[in-house]
Amino acid sequence: MSADFTAIDFIVNGEKRSVEVPPMKRLLDVLREDLRLTGAKEGCGEGECGSCSVRLNGELVNSCLVPVLHAQGAWIQTVEGLALDGELHPLQHAFLHCGGAQCGICTPGMLMAATHLLAKNPHPSMAEIREGLAGNLCRCTGFTRIFESVASAAAQGGEGAHAR
Amino acid sequence: MSTHAKTRIVGVPLPRKEGVDKLLGRARYVDDIEREGMWFGATVRSTIPRGFIREIRFDRRIDWSEFAVVTAADIPGHNHIHLIFADQPCLADGQVNHCDEAIVLLAHRDKCRVREAVSAVQIEYEPLPAVLSIEESERQDVIVWGADNVLKSFLLEKGDVDAAWTSAAHIVEGEYRTGAQEHLYIENNGVIAEFNERDGVTVWGSLQCPYYVHKTLLAVFDLSEDKVRVIQTETGGAFGGKEDYPSTLASHAALLAMKSGHAVKMVYDRMEDLAATTKRHPSRVRHKTALDAHGKLLAMDIEIATDGGAYSTLSSTVLSRATLHSPGPYVCPNVRVRSHAWATNLVPYGAFRGFGAPQTIFAVERHMDEIAAAIGLEPVELRRRNFLHDGDRTATEQVMREPVILDKLLDRALKESGYHAKRAKFAKENRTSPVKRGMGIAAFYHGAGFTGSGERNLNSMAGVDVTAEGKVRVLVSSTEFGQGTNTVLTQVAAEAIGLEYDDVIMAPPDTSIVPNSGPTVASRTSMVVGKLIERASLQLVAMLRESVGLDEGFTRDEFFAACERHRTAKGEVRAHCRYEAPPNIFWDDQKYRGEAYPAYAWSVHVAQVAVDTVTYSADVEDFWAVQEAGRVLNPVLAGGQVEGGVAQGIGYALYEKVVLQGGRMANNQMTNYIMPTAEDVPPIHVYFEEIPFSHGGYGAKGIGELPHDGPAPAILNAIRDATGVSFTSIPLLPEDLFEKLATLENATEAAAV
Repeated sequence: MSADFTAIDFIVNGEKRSVEVPPMKRLLDVLREDLRLTGAKEGCGEGECGSCSVRLNGELVNSCLVPVLHAQGAWIQTVEGLALDGELHPLQHAFLHCGGAQCGICTPGMLMAATHLLAKNPHPSMAEIREGLAGNLCRCTGFTRIFESVASAAAQGGEGAHAR
Repeated sequence: MSTHAKTRIVGVPLPRKEGVDKLLGRARYVDDIEREGMWFGATVRSTIPRGFIREIRFDRRIDWSEFAVVTAADIPGHNHIHLIFADQPCLADGQVNHCDEAIVLLAHRDKCRVREAVSAVQIEYEPLPAVLSIEESERQDVIVWGADNVLKSFLLEKGDVDAAWTSAAHIVEGEYRTGAQEHLYIENNGVIAEFNERDGVTVWGSLQCPYYVHKTLLAVFDLSEDKVRVIQTETGGAFGGKEDYPSTLASHAALLAMKSGHAVKMVYDRMEDLAATTKRHPSRVRHKTALDAHGKLLAMDIEIATDGGAYSTLSSTVLSRATLHSPGPYVCPNVRVRSHAWATNLVPYGAFRGFGAPQTIFAVERHMDEIAAAIGLEPVELRRRNFLHDGDRTATEQVMREPVILDKLLDRALKESGYHAKRAKFAKENRTSPVKRGMGIAAFYHGAGFTGSGERNLNSMAGVDVTAEGKVRVLVSSTEFGQGTNTVLTQVAAEAIGLEYDDVIMAPPDTSIVPNSGPTVASRTSMVVGKLIERASLQLVAMLRESVGLDEGFTRDEFFAACERHRTAKGEVRAHCRYEAPPNIFWDDQKYRGEAYPAYAWSVHVAQVAVDTVTYSADVEDFWAVQEAGRVLNPVLAGGQVEGGVAQGIGYALYEKVVLQGGRMANNQMTNYIMPTAEDVPPIHVYFEEIPFSHGGYGAKGIGELPHDGPAPAILNAIRDATGVSFTSIPLLPEDLFEKLATLENATEAAAV
């Protein structure tokens, strides 16, 4: 291993994964380039848009702001880890039927923020949904149908799936 | 006929066609794609707004042999971006005309190395005087484009405006300004290009109009049509921002691919995308309006000036739409519109949802409230007295042959919003509350499809075919970037043929596979292309009846069996058709007279706004959007279009400011270019009235742009209602509110002492 590289071991979407990468490489780039998990997107590269959102040890993070070294030994969940055995997660199902996704580029991050919100607060009020998604920008929907999707998933017990 | 018939699939809220891929994170956007041996491209850009390029120096500390380096001298064909005029170079050659203009292209196998190398290329300039505003361009002291800085001008005249002033009971004048607006699609511009002698150029990219890119590449590489292939990848938002710019970016990546011998990916980061790509045209609109004693419009004299930036790009067509929407949805016997798009040394402004209409609708709808105040009428009443109705003539003398139901839309908007009761309540509360609330309305139309003879000239073609696997495919170059193209066009085909939604798929948006159904712009996809798919689908069924005796009332299995019999007998199973203009459509391009648009969508917006006189923030608390856009093909998607457009319109009015310093965008980050977040967007209540339009796909008219036209005037009208103070310029930020309201408060206090 080159001196510039560090071995990182973590759990990604329930699987043990190891990479050898520069320690300051962004978690986003490690996910996209080294693990070929391209669900998380880069929208701004400065933590404003939230399209790179993933869950790290149960917290919602902007993976463009996380050096991979911080993810050593961590539990990470990305959008690819939401569906189980090809079955859409209740949130994905709600987004599909309520019109919560349009161009789809913010959707992976939005789904992770919504998953995180429901994990912490299974029955959020509309104000709590707004607050929970305020770090994720969507330019297509005006957010209305995203709120509706989250509320609909919550009403159907969408919080159950967060434990995976 | 079909527009009034009961439908099974059209009008049903079926889930988005590509929705599952997007939700699972497996949809492939351009930056998710890798090609064998792929390199990465970067761009060296001008740092001054105008000047001669005297020398390009490459820092000797870098081993340039590892890089592919491209300048204008490497272009094998024509050094211009093909659009309306050929004035914009693909790469600056000898002179730059705006900041962030591309001069040198670099590619390297290492993404980080190529970014670092950009700053190691030094450009020596001999600066020239630059023009950085509409007013400077109008003065014509410095000529930066053509003979007079005028990229385009129009004169629209109806009746005799000058004769009307003397007989008027009231004359009201006003000036209104709108700022630039960034699309802020969450996916930045990006492409991948490959080049080889045998196949020519292949480009994958985030784009709206594959055939626009195709046409530019033909010219830049001087290749025949079969040697250029453009494939749209999943596109993460566009809003007009990926209408013309991808032609430039695709040319750049393809030049680097030719020079390097590798596939080359160029994906902009946010700062580069914000600084270097198109925005909405800034505008200044002046109104002088004559009315009779009853508040009926006698004359409208309108002057429009837009900032087009350094090259003509789409400024002429944006100005055309701005001109045609400037008189608003009103009847007026005398109208004159004089409009100019001015050249400046700024990044060329381009297409953005609404395409000139939001600018001039802001002006006319703000002006209507100023007129109402000046002549002592309620804003609602003034509009009602002047609305267009069936049979009336617009400013271009277009007779309204289709039903116009503005009164009904207004009634519904007032009822749903509780407009009158709320205004009365707020007027009482505002006397003592530091938070002033108000209600504002805007009424407007949006012409669907290309302007005037545009659709005839496009001569679009679309089709359907049937695959050996037993799927009907929709063959169009119309692209999906969130609006729902895939969903509504497959709904139309399934409906027309008599199949299920899942039986129909989209052919890949690849110029080597699909015909040119025109650009995906101008709210034309559901209406124009939808109609083509409806016709092609019916044609396919008719063909199968004739060729292999497909029976009436066929089942799904019988249909696909017939397709296979046809395939065996005749080869492919396919039907195509070309655009046919609705009858009685006449447009005079010289006099700007006639049927400006085949159809109009109509809307009334109501905004409830609270202005905090302590913090000077203005918040939209509630919003109602009532519209008639023909038949709604998919209620969930159509509702989403309206909500998204309203949210962008709220940003346009209150949040989004492009700050220029010395001709460069100074706030080219999401940190300081602010769009509305989940906490800023109010509840948006959406209501459709449906009147099927017989020349649109299953009765549809355009819906995509309409909702962006109304929020800004409705919000500023509400702020006037709340505070009694007129604001005439957007974006209207807290500091702007502070400046005017605090000055007025101080004056009031001083008077009291």
